[in-house]
Amino acid sequence: MTPAALPDLATAASAVERRELSPVELVKGCLDRVAARSAALNAFIAVFDREATAQAKRAESEIQNGRYRGPLHGIPISVKDLVDVAGALTTSGSAVPPRNPTHDAPVVAHLRRAGAIIIGKTNLHEFAFGTTSEDSAYGPVRHPIDPSRSAGGSSGGAAVAIVEGMCFGSIGTDTGGSVRIPSAACGITGLKGTLGEVSCEGVVPLSETLDHVGPLTRTVTDAALLWHAMMGRPPRPPQPAESLWISTPRRYFFDVLDDDVRELMAETIRRLQKAGHTVEDVAVAHVERIADVYLHISLSEAAWYHAPLLAQYADRYTPPVRLRLEMGRYIQAEDYVRAMHARSVLRTAVDRALEGADALLLPALAIAAPPIGAASVAVGDTRHPVRALMLRLTQLFNITGHPAIALPMGIGRDGLPRGLQLVGHRGATDRLLEVARAVERQITGGAGSVGGGTG
Amino acid sequence: MDVDAWLAAALADAEARGLPELKPLLETLARSTQALRDADAEFGHPAGVGAQKDNDSDPTAEPRP
Repeated sequence: MTPAALPDLATAASAVERRELSPVELVKGCLDRVAARSAALNAFIAVFDREATAQAKRAESEIQNGRYRGPLHGIPISVKDLVDVAGALTTSGSAVPPRNPTHDAPVVAHLRRAGAIIIGKTNLHEFAFGTTSEDSAYGPVRHPIDPSRSAGGSSGGAAVAIVEGMCFGSIGTDTGGSVRIPSAACGITGLKGTLGEVSCEGVVPLSETLDHVGPLTRTVTDAALLWHAMMGRPPRPPQPAESLWISTPRRYFFDVLDDDVRELMAETIRRLQKAGHTVEDVAVAHVERIADVYLHISLSEAAWYHAPLLAQYADRYTPPVRLRLEMGRYIQAEDYVRAMHARSVLRTAVDRALEGADALLLPALAIAAPPIGAASVAVGDTRHPVRALMLRLTQLFNITGHPAIALPMGIGRDGLPRGLQLVGHRGATDRLLEVARAVERQITGGAGSVGGGTG
Repeated sequence: MDVDAWLAAALADAEARGLPELKPLLETLARSTQALRDADAEFGHPAGVGAQKDNDSDPTAEPRP
């Protein structure tokens, strides 16, 4: 079995456990893919060839000597370059002076203890403050299917690395959708758990009360394996849930969608109903104010973190990111508190929409990956600002803290992937993964990614 | 400070700091801030500016069993 023939992390793990494949071969296969494709797509900022190869040899030796640690042992993983990896600069995709950490972020340390091999750090929208990964000091992350398009963001390099077979799992961050948006744009799976479940220590903050860390993978099972390991728990796959009750919040969340997203959502719902699951409509209160609440919280908190950096290095930021940070410095304290109060009301509104249901089902992204450099895109007869449109369906669940996962739901007529989103009850991310496993089975038969990668 | 006065002060400050490109962003922010303030009653402001509008029941939704 060759690394390129492996469809997902769980299959690779099984091959490693059975000693049909060595971690050395696995890492080499991934590094070969990075060497072949990363320069064209700008997926990686740093690649740890020697360290990863040395770790793979150690893993190989441990496994041969009967010290198999579990499904992440010897598996190549990438980390978004917003997360500290000891001995490597944390650039945040910026020309602003980087952090030089001496310790791994806890999430990275947990993965290493589970046996994962960190092969490099992926490119991102500068300081995670954008949805397209095009504003980066390391160049724009390009979509694997159409390089003239964005891979989504801000964890764009992480998504490309999965689609292209450069690694078997990527660690990203999600403040308004930055794991789920690139996952949907690239046709893979991306999870953020309940707010606070995964440590954000050692991660450059964007908005401290909205930030999440989560995995990007090819399948729900892979996401579950990584998610458990990121918290220091034994990785275990989810069993597909049965007899689901799914609620679809149509108002607002289905109002602005491209035709392919709309049709693929309808097809997904038909498949779920045909399989015996119940799908009903539900409303979420106060949805018209989501963007206002998100804007006042995220801008204020981002401005706080960046104020001292802007004082010294303003001219090193990309202009769009600098301007958004400067905008945040003008928000009045009263309006930040107002938004935080509204946040608690929105949290209750989502709790109520979930009452009696296993999950909410809605699109993850209203459109396909947009062209790099586009300020606006047309949906029907109306043009919409790219940033607002890309955040539209995901940001609520950063505000409320509910766990949410993006899954591929098919390919549009333009050949580009589209993604759906499932939202679970707070504190029940495991249950959400079981629901997602069942939904995934209806869409892909469990085959996972539809991203079109060659890895 | 009301939103109009805030916007005027913010625009003047941005101009003085050599950041005239901030103008459209601050104007967008001002509209968003006004919308948020106007929603005080909807979000049940504790000073009692209005009762919380509890519109989370969708009249088109089927009742749950």
